[in-house]
Amino acid sequence: MEILVCVKRVPDAAENEIELNAEGTDIERGELVYSVNEADNYAVEEALQITGRVGGSVTVVTVGEEEDEDVLRRQMAMGAAHGALICDDAFRGSDGRGIAAILKAFVETAHYDLILTGVQADDGCAQVGGMLAAMLDYPFASLVTSIEVMDQRTLKIAREIEGGSREIHAIDLPCVLSVQTGINEPRYVGMRGIRQAASLPVSRLGAPELALALSYSGKINARVVRTDYFVPPAGKGAELLRGSREEIAGKLVELLKVKGGLN
Amino acid sequence: MARIFTYIVHKSGIADDTAAELAAAARKIDAAEQPTAIVCGWGAELDQVCASLCTTYREVWKIALEPLAYPDAEAVRGVLASMVAEGSILLVPHGHFGVDLSPGLAVRLGAAYVPDVIDIEGVEGRWLKAVRQEFGGLVATHVRCDLQSGAVLNIRPGAFRAVDGAPAGGRVVERAAPAGPARARRRYLETIAAETGDVDITKERVLISIGRGIGEQENIAIAEGLAEAMGAKVSCSRPVVDAKWMDKSRQVGSSGKTVRPKVYLACGISGSFQHLAGIKGNPFLVAINKNPKAPIFRAADIGVVDDLLEFLPALAERVREERAVAGGERRRP
Repeated sequence: MEILVCVKRVPDAAENEIELNAEGTDIERGELVYSVNEADNYAVEEALQITGRVGGSVTVVTVGEEEDEDVLRRQMAMGAAHGALICDDAFRGSDGRGIAAILKAFVETAHYDLILTGVQADDGCAQVGGMLAAMLDYPFASLVTSIEVMDQRTLKIAREIEGGSREIHAIDLPCVLSVQTGINEPRYVGMRGIRQAASLPVSRLGAPELALALSYSGKINARVVRTDYFVPPAGKGAELLRGSREEIAGKLVELLKVKGGLN
Repeated sequence: MARIFTYIVHKSGIADDTAAELAAAARKIDAAEQPTAIVCGWGAELDQVCASLCTTYREVWKIALEPLAYPDAEAVRGVLASMVAEGSILLVPHGHFGVDLSPGLAVRLGAAYVPDVIDIEGVEGRWLKAVRQEFGGLVATHVRCDLQSGAVLNIRPGAFRAVDGAPAGGRVVERAAPAGPARARRRYLETIAAETGDVDITKERVLISIGRGIGEQENIAIAEGLAEAMGAKVSCSRPVVDAKWMDKSRQVGSSGKTVRPKVYLACGISGSFQHLAGIKGNPFLVAINKNPKAPIFRAADIGVVDDLLEFLPALAERVREERAVAGGERRRP
């Protein structure tokens, strides 16, 4: 099975303080630690487990900047056989539809049985997979928590719905699935693996190779544009307890007693 | 102004709370336009939902198709793509169904798409101004959306307050929908209900809930120590389950359990809307987090900015002292 996984390089929210820049036009990116989007890492692991069972190979692709090659190499160190970096000035400022159109043009340069994305990235949009499926006229499922290959043409998948229940579907290949975090345990990538992947070829594509996307992509075609960032209003806001650690613990115990917190 | 539709999520003949919230969101786009509710389904349950919506909506489109008896987003997308006129604005709840349905639907309709909208600040010319959040709620953004070719807006459940008002006195309009393909490429098979697990956190009065900030699986013992001292149980947020450190049955949130405790201690939990959606009944909410900007502090009653690995043992110690004193007092004649 030939599997394409679409990945994104994002600021690692667990490693960084996310703060606004002085103008409110962006987050402060100077000192940020970047990594592959967490859900995308699960998607790559799932792809590797599938090809491990039924054969085939995994390709990772990203639309972004030169430095995004790092995350492709990291996913190749996990075991992805091919990497493709799509980078072009003409694609900058694309909205979700623009990114999906670029990926569609890329998909059509080759043959993939299955396309995976992470469920969502740093912007919480969860949109590119579903858009890509519609553009390709493939079936789609989101929030996928298990994938089982039934035969050459069909998968059996579970989707996570409310309350932790799971919705089971059969879905025909080729299809697009957006993978939920927790679907597997992504393998550890050691320094040796990273070093080995450093010498693997990563193909580079831009507007000349993916010209079909140009009428949807780039700033000029974006219909949805982020205009600024701001700090969310505090709402009612918590009363912060102050003092030494022991003093705070004492105050909190008194409050818990009143509120029925000590059973 | 474009026609505005809302998509109604319903279950067992009852419309979801978002039905009224979407009507409120529609008013913020255009107070003069009466939105039309679209309800897909089959049988008596569908009739029941449609009838109930006439108090909120002036017009309710009833789309009855047997394959829609279970709301499969792939099937619903096909129906809506053929029935919603180009240039319309469609509002959909941003839940597991809306996430499945809407991105592809926007493409099919040639419309713009804005996911997880938490507020709408109005329309200027062809541009709608919406509010979203990024990084799990750490920052908010304004987003401009071009309405010229229509738009699909996914609205966060609970973000818009339903508007009380006179009953709309609406009517149900039956709309014939084209039957889908004979063999759909995605076929719903069954739903597997969530398991309860060893502890039923939905029944607990006091929960010590841990998140990514717990750091390592070994540290869960620290939370369990506090829980034991307090007579509470340990629950968690999604990253702890993703890491396989706790069972799915302990997860609080929209994709986990909905809990109704009296007291909830959120320890190292950032406070995503999916997590907060699982906490009902307005408990006394204490947030313990080393990041003072964590969104959980916006929802909590009491906040403690500290390293939970240091603070929880200190708190457990203080609770034990308190118990010892209280026990001593009881033993006194």
